[in-house]
Amino acid sequence: MQVTLRIQRFNPETDTKPHYREYTVEVEPTDRVLDALNQVKWYQDGSLTYRRSCAHGICGSDAMRINGRNRLACKVLIKDLGPKITIEPLLGFKVIKDLVVDLEPFFAQYRAVMPYLINDEPPPTRERRQTPEERELIEDTSKCILCACCTSACPIFWTTEWLGPAAIVNGHRFLFDSRDRATEERLAILNQRFGVWRCRTIFNCTEACPRGIQVTHAIEQVKRRILFEQS
Amino acid sequence: MYHRFDAVIVGAGGAGLMAAAQLAGKCNVAVISKLYPVRSHTGAAQGGIAAALANVEEDHWIWHMFDTVKGGDYLVDQDAAEVLAREAIDAIIELEHWGFPFNRLPDGRIDQRRFGGHTRNFGEAPVRRSCYAADRTGHMILQTLYQQSIKNQVVFFDEFMMLDLLLTDDGVCTGVVALDIETGELHIFHAKAVLLATGGFGRVYKVTSNALSLTGDGVAIVFRRGLPLEDMEFYQFHPTGIYKLGILLSEACRGEGGILRNGLGERFMERYAPTLLDLAPRDVVSRSIYLEIREGRGVEGKDYVYLDLTHLPKEVIETKLADNTDFVRTYLGLDPVTDPIPIQPTAHYAMGGIPTDVDGRVTIDAQNTPVPGLYAAGECACVSVHGANRLGTNSLVDLVVFGRRAGRHMLQFVQENDLHPLPKEPDYRARAEIEWILENEGEEKVATIRTELQEAMMADASVFRTGDGLRRMQDKLVELRNRFTRISIDDRSRTFNTDLVEAIELGYLLDCAEAIVACALAREESRGAHYREDFPQRDDANWLKHTLVTRTSGGLELSYKPVIITRFQPKERTY
Repeated sequence: MQVTLRIQRFNPETDTKPHYREYTVEVEPTDRVLDALNQVKWYQDGSLTYRRSCAHGICGSDAMRINGRNRLACKVLIKDLGPKITIEPLLGFKVIKDLVVDLEPFFAQYRAVMPYLINDEPPPTRERRQTPEERELIEDTSKCILCACCTSACPIFWTTEWLGPAAIVNGHRFLFDSRDRATEERLAILNQRFGVWRCRTIFNCTEACPRGIQVTHAIEQVKRRILFEQS
Repeated sequence: MYHRFDAVIVGAGGAGLMAAAQLAGKCNVAVISKLYPVRSHTGAAQGGIAAALANVEEDHWIWHMFDTVKGGDYLVDQDAAEVLAREAIDAIIELEHWGFPFNRLPDGRIDQRRFGGHTRNFGEAPVRRSCYAADRTGHMILQTLYQQSIKNQVVFFDEFMMLDLLLTDDGVCTGVVALDIETGELHIFHAKAVLLATGGFGRVYKVTSNALSLTGDGVAIVFRRGLPLEDMEFYQFHPTGIYKLGILLSEACRGEGGILRNGLGERFMERYAPTLLDLAPRDVVSRSIYLEIREGRGVEGKDYVYLDLTHLPKEVIETKLADNTDFVRTYLGLDPVTDPIPIQPTAHYAMGGIPTDVDGRVTIDAQNTPVPGLYAAGECACVSVHGANRLGTNSLVDLVVFGRRAGRHMLQFVQENDLHPLPKEPDYRARAEIEWILENEGEEKVATIRTELQEAMMADASVFRTGDGLRRMQDKLVELRNRFTRISIDDRSRTFNTDLVEAIELGYLLDCAEAIVACALAREESRGAHYREDFPQRDDANWLKHTLVTRTSGGLELSYKPVIITRFQPKERTY
């Protein structure tokens, strides 16, 4: 079938502001949007620029706005979109070129939650014990691939400085890990002015997550933890 | 731009980040990566990481070592396999202490499951050896190691693509040249030691589980600099790729009890591997699938068979194989709980690559003479622990065990050695390559040449090979190389020029393909993943040896080096 891709383009070397260009490509209904983008890049216009790598929703490279929603281009099929598809870069980040945005601020937020296990007790010679029930608490949030779909779908993130959903998900992943010993420090970071309280439970993040993580739920769990541990 | 470090690591997958963890805070180290580190393809590994923890049933490292040697059809260097099997145990514990979220047993210890070719008591029956985090074990390794890198404040150069390796005339490695993809600027990294951890080159084939960025960069650059590559003819096809797409469905599907069925509904592995059945090693299973298809027993006479999980409890499918279930639902619109899944073998893993010793030092000859300051680890390297065919889960073991060893040896090296001066005009080759591609005016398209390469390699240099097919492929490569000189690209800008990146990558793929084909044509026997229809038997008298291929001014030169055999004499390989 034929589909028309309407793609936001921007080359900082020649353009003062972004513009749209349309491309028509021949694709199968079961093709990914990424396949359609590749068709354009490989056979029509090699200057079209986007990130991609694994092509099956695991590496998180090809997050972009597809018909207004944050999606991984490799995890949306053409048949679910119809014959006209608008593709734009993620909102809230500086555009480097076409669909490529500067994710450094996103990773800076991630680093701010101390996203690593903290436990200074001397480890046993074998594994630390953790029951399946304890492990289950971090099952959902440890799936995060840091694609930025959630954070850049958040209206608060568009207008206000705050940690954003992805960083909180990764804070949650350690806060709820029975092996971690930095609960107080983590809660202090997440309890800041720019922390979890900026969340207005809009659920855009949950809707956008290509990994199906219950993002808003995780943020709420962190809020409750702060309330109960601090009182 | 010029940078000076003690150690530079190229590639931020499992091997690179594991090495970085050994060096961070102890010397001045930088990691260069073509992608953001969390995008690396280690993250796509699914089923598990093997270690004889014996948490669920009796197990011993020597059983793991034996399985690795036999799985590799006795082409494995057994000193390296012993290191792998022994140190896997400690490496898993280290990952756990760093926060890796393993699935657990009720008593809190790490759970383990079955995987292809891993057996109890030297081949008796499948053993539960694979540690795992649902079916995203690689994702959790990548995340855990990246988390450690942040904790250790490792310096990263994200979206920097290596273009050249700097070697002095007397063969000492002094650094690398890389392209900053965002700005188009060239950077010279002057270092005492360099680790190549650049991953594989699955994109030489049409149907592959590999990411689009897996184009053999490190392997090809080493080859261009006149250093040898080892065992390039051994390329693994994973039995269960999603039909046509090649997206991997984990061996864990069969580890949890999944069954392969042909078009008649038969469990055909009964014919080919009566003991291990569907959990036979990957080379055996992939060949069996193709044989079924050839004999007209594919589904509806087509070129695929079924992976059947429908008899498994829904709970197992939804939780222990959650990502696989998601892939099948997303890309095929089928539900593994109720529908059998169409699969075909998919190009997956290079057993061969840059020759190294057990400390990750790159070696150049049959005597294993090292290149001072140059290291390699992970899929781009050939230690060789995988021999002619890698066992499932052993790639992740390889990453952590040999990434760690390489990092430790590098630390010692940079503490004992001074910085060597750079060669004159260190970036002239990289500069020339970029200028050539940006300015060339020709009628050929990069994508067209790449697609023809991938299709031809699939036809003539994949699971089944013949002398005639490989010679045809050699001719095709001459033609494609010739056409490659007449490419032109659309994007002539400096900023984030992925058109340029893809052209450079095609050059790397052509190098890798040429090495694969030359080695495969020379090896007149069948062993592991290398199956020659015109020489269907393993021939230990003539071919129990590693291939080394080197590019010289007169073309490719082949030489051989002995396999290190310590504990297990080669035997007939049946399952």
